[in-house]
Amino acid sequence: MATNKYVCKICGYVHEGDSAPEKCPQCQQTDCLELVGAPAKKGLNTNSNVYTVVYAAVMVVIVAFLLAFVASALKPAQDANVARDTKNQILTSLNIVGLSGEAIDAKYGEVITKEIAKDSIWEANVDGAVKYVLAVKGRGLWGGLWGYVSVNDDKTSVFGTYFSHESETAGLGARINERWFQEQFNGKPIFDEAGNVALTVVKAGASTKETEIDGVTGATLTSKGVASMVNDGLKGYESFLKGAVEAEADTTAVATDSLTVE
Amino acid sequence: MSKLFSQENREAFSNPLNLNNPITVQVLGICSALAVTSQLKPAIVMGLSVTAITAFSNVIISLIRKTIPNRIRIIVQLVVVAALVTIVSQILKAYVYDVSVQLSVYVGLIITNCILMGRLEAFAMQNGPWPSFLDGIGNGLGYALILVLVGFVRELLGFGTLLGFQVVPQCVYDWGYVNNGMMTMPAMSLIIVGCIIWAHRSINKEEK
Repeated sequence: MATNKYVCKICGYVHEGDSAPEKCPQCQQTDCLELVGAPAKKGLNTNSNVYTVVYAAVMVVIVAFLLAFVASALKPAQDANVARDTKNQILTSLNIVGLSGEAIDAKYGEVITKEIAKDSIWEANVDGAVKYVLAVKGRGLWGGLWGYVSVNDDKTSVFGTYFSHESETAGLGARINERWFQEQFNGKPIFDEAGNVALTVVKAGASTKETEIDGVTGATLTSKGVASMVNDGLKGYESFLKGAVEAEADTTAVATDSLTVE
Repeated sequence: MSKLFSQENREAFSNPLNLNNPITVQVLGICSALAVTSQLKPAIVMGLSVTAITAFSNVIISLIRKTIPNRIRIIVQLVVVAALVTIVSQILKAYVYDVSVQLSVYVGLIITNCILMGRLEAFAMQNGPWPSFLDGIGNGLGYALILVLVGFVRELLGFGTLLGFQVVPQCVYDWGYVNNGMMTMPAMSLIIVGCIIWAHRSINKEEK
């Protein structure tokens, strides 16, 4: 902080400080010290309570305004991206990958023929064959998992899958959204001989039965989460999968119920 | 120009790469070094994100350092970092959605990264914007360097791949080699970081 400079007009003593002392320390006279030059600009005391409180308040308002502005300005673009990403996920579960941008919307419009139940069952037409896409949700190690399972038109075997996650460990659980893991489900039967949903994920490299799938090394809990998500998810659609096609109205209701239960 | 790259400024940039490395010497940012190094790719992404965020938050704090009340400086630093990371991630989400999906898991890890707070408190609060920027870049890269080293070892030994490409040939597996599952566990990265610190300190013994 800059200081003021005072000079004694009797003895010439120079004092530097915020204010002049009452007596000149050298000649002991009073009122002899005179201010030299312009008074120094007094800086803000950045340690005072008032300053701290005002600073915090102003900072919070500025940051809040910035965040609110950014969030609302970018919302439409983000929503469009999310909607397109959902379409891409559904297409991925139908083994249509590698699209980006406008091509996703175009392909989605071409492939998906009907939304049988809102946000949970879609009917698709891939190269002339009818497929159904089912949405599933589950829990991983750290957070939510979701995915889409597409089934062939006989509704007994898996056509393709897509899985993703909120916050699984990068390089371990996060690998469930890699294609090699998802493609293992392709062509698997949904039901075992007893007619129960029986897809399971086992230790990596240990799958022996037809309904078993290799898990991700080092991510046993996430892999198990995927298995129970697929199983519980498909169980929820059991009446749709086993029911006749004409009973669509009922299955729609059941499928929606099963989602709300989750 | 010569002033911009004076001895002092060059040291602000180059010291954290080696002699004052944030991980091996300052021992900061260990937590995220454990979380994202099981494969090479997330390690690189995390290293670059931290570099960018450290550099820019250093600049911002350095610009407003004279106005910050001493008693709430840590809170101010945290607010600046959190706001910066949130805004950047929102922009990424709107314009480069693929990148934002890739980065989403790291956002939380970046905000709480001790290197950021450490550099803001130790460097940006006392220095001008340009040296602070260099310091941020240097520390970020020093951090990235160690992450990449650890990620390299862990992915190679744990999965037999690098950046997702198979590098250990199939014939080695046929002879009975197996991937080391231990390497995929977070505990192994602590051990690898320990080995790196050991090597680093014995190389730089004289200078200590």
